Amino acid sequence: MENSPLFKPGHTACAGCGQAVAARLVIEAAGANTIIANSTGCLEVFTTKYPETAWGVPWIHSLFENSAAVASGVEAALIYLGKKDKINVIAQGGDGSTGDIGLQAISGMLERGHDILYVCYDNEAYMNTGVQRSGLTPFDTNTTTSPASGLSSGNLRPKKPVPEICAAHGIPYVATASAGFPQDLTRKVKKAISTKGPKYIQVHVPCPLGWRHESNQMLPVAKMAVETGLYPLFEYEFGVLSGRKQIAPKPVEEYLRMQGRFKHLLNNPGEIRKIQDIADSNIKKYNLKLEAQAPNA
Amino acid sequence: MKEFVEGSHAIAEVVKSCQPGVISAYPITPQTHIVEDLAQMVSSGELKSQFVNVESEHSAASVVLGASATGVRVYTATSSQGLFYMQEVVFNIAGMRLPVVMTCANRAISAPINIWNDQQDSISLRDSGWFQIYAEDNQEAVDFHLIAYRLAEDKRVMLPVMVCMDGFILTHGMETVDIPEQDKVNKFLPVYKPLYKLDPADPISLGLLADPDYYMETRFAIQETMRESISYLSEISKEFNNAFGRDYKDLLVEEYQVKDAEKVIVAMGSVCGTIKEVVDEQRAKGKKVGLLRIISYRPFPYARIYEALKDVPKVAVLDKAVSLGAYAPVAVEIKSAFFGKKKGPKVISSFVGGLGGRDITMETIHEVFRRLGAKEVNFDFVDLKPELLKEGTPC
Repeated sequence: MENSPLFKPGHTACAGCGQAVAARLVIEAAGANTIIANSTGCLEVFTTKYPETAWGVPWIHSLFENSAAVASGVEAALIYLGKKDKINVIAQGGDGSTGDIGLQAISGMLERGHDILYVCYDNEAYMNTGVQRSGLTPFDTNTTTSPASGLSSGNLRPKKPVPEICAAHGIPYVATASAGFPQDLTRKVKKAISTKGPKYIQVHVPCPLGWRHESNQMLPVAKMAVETGLYPLFEYEFGVLSGRKQIAPKPVEEYLRMQGRFKHLLNNPGEIRKIQDIADSNIKKYNLKLEAQAPNA
Repeated sequence: MKEFVEGSHAIAEVVKSCQPGVISAYPITPQTHIVEDLAQMVSSGELKSQFVNVESEHSAASVVLGASATGVRVYTATSSQGLFYMQEVVFNIAGMRLPVVMTCANRAISAPINIWNDQQDSISLRDSGWFQIYAEDNQEAVDFHLIAYRLAEDKRVMLPVMVCMDGFILTHGMETVDIPEQDKVNKFLPVYKPLYKLDPADPISLGLLADPDYYMETRFAIQETMRESISYLSEISKEFNNAFGRDYKDLLVEEYQVKDAEKVIVAMGSVCGTIKEVVDEQRAKGKKVGLLRIISYRPFPYARIYEALKDVPKVAVLDKAVSLGAYAPVAVEIKSAFFGKKKGPKVISSFVGGLGGRDITMETIHEVFRRLGAKEVNFDFVDLKPELLKEGTPC
């Protein structure tokens, strides 16, 4: 891949950062006629430390929880100027800024029907501030504020279903994607950008530092999350499930074994069973299991 | 054109004449009539703005931030809790040097919840880097919005402006107001041309991370701009007078019978109307009293205040806010105007009144003048109700 004029090299992301890969894919899919409103978080910090910026498109960072509202203002201004048809507006942030502190602003943006794509880079914790749990931290994950100590197996709450919350708003397009499936992500961004109205894409992005895996393992880890059914890839249009990536499901233990944040579970079959149940329930709910190939007649 | 209207409606009319591209607000008493009127004007086609009905004040301020950054004139309005909810965005807007104009319909702060007027809300955001100008009546409230856009968008300034008007007293009060005509507004207020904006034709990044090597100079820059703006306010006031025939002098203070006064009350906002009535009454009886009305609270006009009050023996500052555990905000800044200087009042007494909308009557002002004597009152409330302060009163 050559250097991109829209997301330039030289930023200070960790080696192997899934979010850096995904953010670049997103802006390349959206193109140069895009304005980005970015929440506080890793992406904002590693791309815009004054006096440098990695962004080759107009870009604004305001606060932690308001990128959806800032983007709403950008979009309204473009409509007033008669320019909205030619310019894409993206609001983006991490799982914390999206599903926790920013959920209200997003809900408002969706409800008002702004022509904006919201992209959530889901690395499943508040990574920039030191791996604290968020509402999207999966069950049984070890984080600094949901530590797996003797008394606890980590985060005891299920992952907040933000894509479904967005789909419940009845918006034109909601999708989950993964840094492990870049072409699928690109396709989904292009589809979203070409759709009018509010759109939401949540991208699973491994964080080698927070998930405790080698920096050259980002792609295999991301793929395995999808292949176990723990991170289903699906699409909703106007509140109705319209597509999913089917898998030949692998046991969740293969995924857990790859990351230090789950290592406390490896000799705990009871907890692994609970996580397998989550995967199985996703597989059932989204009909993820690949049909057996029919033999040639 | 002169109209006998509710203050809120007059504000909506003048904002309409400024033709903001994006308006966003969240309802809170007593600002509601302003935004309702603007919504009506947009829906009827009189006003071609994008009106964004947001789900919170934090988002209202964020919407106007985003729209202003995209190069469009914007407007929002709020009060009290709403202003506090958007506080971090308010600081953000100033830090990003965006020329947002906001009406603050001054209202008391919870708890206890109270929807009536005092100035605790805007005064509590005095550190934000926004200009704050306080209107005495609805004519000023109207005029100050025009001045606000002219000031904010000046390329030497590029800072947001808060026009403060006392909630209910002004917003819901009916007065005869001269609503400036559109052609005159167009001459006074040019089309907004941003210094920088979000535009794919020339991509920039706004809101970068500034580490300790870079942050402090941005604060210095805003402080310097505010200092320089003291003279721009005079400039703009002259332009305004030429355009509309109303003279706000330096837009810093108003001296009402201060010249030879022995006692002067310092205050901001609509209470000054009441104070002027008392000054007139007392002057008619030969008492040498006066009022120094503060118009520009930020930037605080220290030099102008020194000049106005240096020969006045007794000064009482009447605050409609209090810094609990310490002092009355305006009083402290008045006192500091004289510290270390050769001249100044012998007595500067500090009174706090009108909190939570408690009416400041002419009798209150007479009482303040009475209590302004040889012995300085370091800090005291006026018009407290002793029956509510008895032990055992339920709260």
